[in-house]
Amino acid sequence: MSAYLHGFGRYLPERIVGNAELAARLGKTEEWIETASGIRERRYAADGESVADMAVLAAQDCLRRTPATIGLLIVSSGSGAVGFPGPAAEVAHRLGLESTPAIDVPVASAGSVFALALAMRLTEAHGDILVVASEKMSGLIGDDPNTAILFGDGAGAALISTRPGPWKLVDAVLHSDGQYRGDLVFDGTLRMNGLNVILHASRKMPAVMQELLERNQLAASQVGAFLVHQANLNLLTRVAKTLEVDREKFFSNIARYGNTSSASMLIAASEWAEGTPASGPIVFCGFGAGFHWGAVLATGA
Amino acid sequence: MPDSRTEKLRLLIQEVSGKPAPQDLDESLFESGLLDSFALPDLVSAIEKAFSIKVPDADLNPRKFDSIARIETYLEGR
Repeated sequence: MSAYLHGFGRYLPERIVGNAELAARLGKTEEWIETASGIRERRYAADGESVADMAVLAAQDCLRRTPATIGLLIVSSGSGAVGFPGPAAEVAHRLGLESTPAIDVPVASAGSVFALALAMRLTEAHGDILVVASEKMSGLIGDDPNTAILFGDGAGAALISTRPGPWKLVDAVLHSDGQYRGDLVFDGTLRMNGLNVILHASRKMPAVMQELLERNQLAASQVGAFLVHQANLNLLTRVAKTLEVDREKFFSNIARYGNTSSASMLIAASEWAEGTPASGPIVFCGFGAGFHWGAVLATGA
Repeated sequence: MPDSRTEKLRLLIQEVSGKPAPQDLDESLFESGLLDSFALPDLVSAIEKAFSIKVPDADLNPRKFDSIARIETYLEGR
């Protein structure tokens, strides 16, 4: 049985935090922040606005565009305020789902690509699957400029079904390597070994996409759009260069939203789908804490 | 006198960082500010190309590339 992507949704909080505000707080310049990350501004959730609040709004946005009878809810978040239950239970309840299974994927930045890959394989058993990724990273960051400049808040959503839709989900590749679990971690303090994270991300992201494309007899040059985790513009540029594809094929909204961890890939997909989506296969890709990384291939149905 | 491999590495470091490579073979390329987190993957790629090798994921440890001497040690061990 086939799996199809029907559409996306998103929610971004109202508050815009520009580089000037962060530069003053962190003792850096606006130029330094933009050069280091490609980010000009990001959104911060309001004090009382939670991961679940944002997830519900992104889910509702997705369901307005693509009505569905949800058979499974998957919520990706690495920044929920509560240890357990994760936000999936609250999101399900607030969406009016009373006995529908709802599961959390708490693997941070790669969470949405993992959730998408799981949904692709679980839709046959569960019917319509709503994937939501929501992150309130502003609640995790401290005064370390190397991480504080990067992160923002927001939520994205996608609907996967066995019912034919605009894009067919074809294949997925997922990887994890726990030996690097200490290189990007939040245990009360957000810590990132930037050298190691960037070194591995810059190699593993293109490698997993190549692995996925090669086993589907596709070349990177044939891909219409790369919808990937918006980690850092400099990273996306290097990944595109490694794959020898035009950087413009990598949809990017990081300048406006920063790195919203697992939410970023689906927020990007949502904006991309509203534009004029290029024809040709789509490759989703994520990389993050763990390390976890993966890629999903979709084609026009 | 530094051998040709050392000079080759100095050239690669200069190309990637846009700054002269250190004379001191043990000088940290990161602490000296020559390489940042984005220049490091560029240097690893440049080394692969220049020496016709493939650095496997298991060897992707910034410490192996932190100085000319360490890079030479890594290359000798392959």
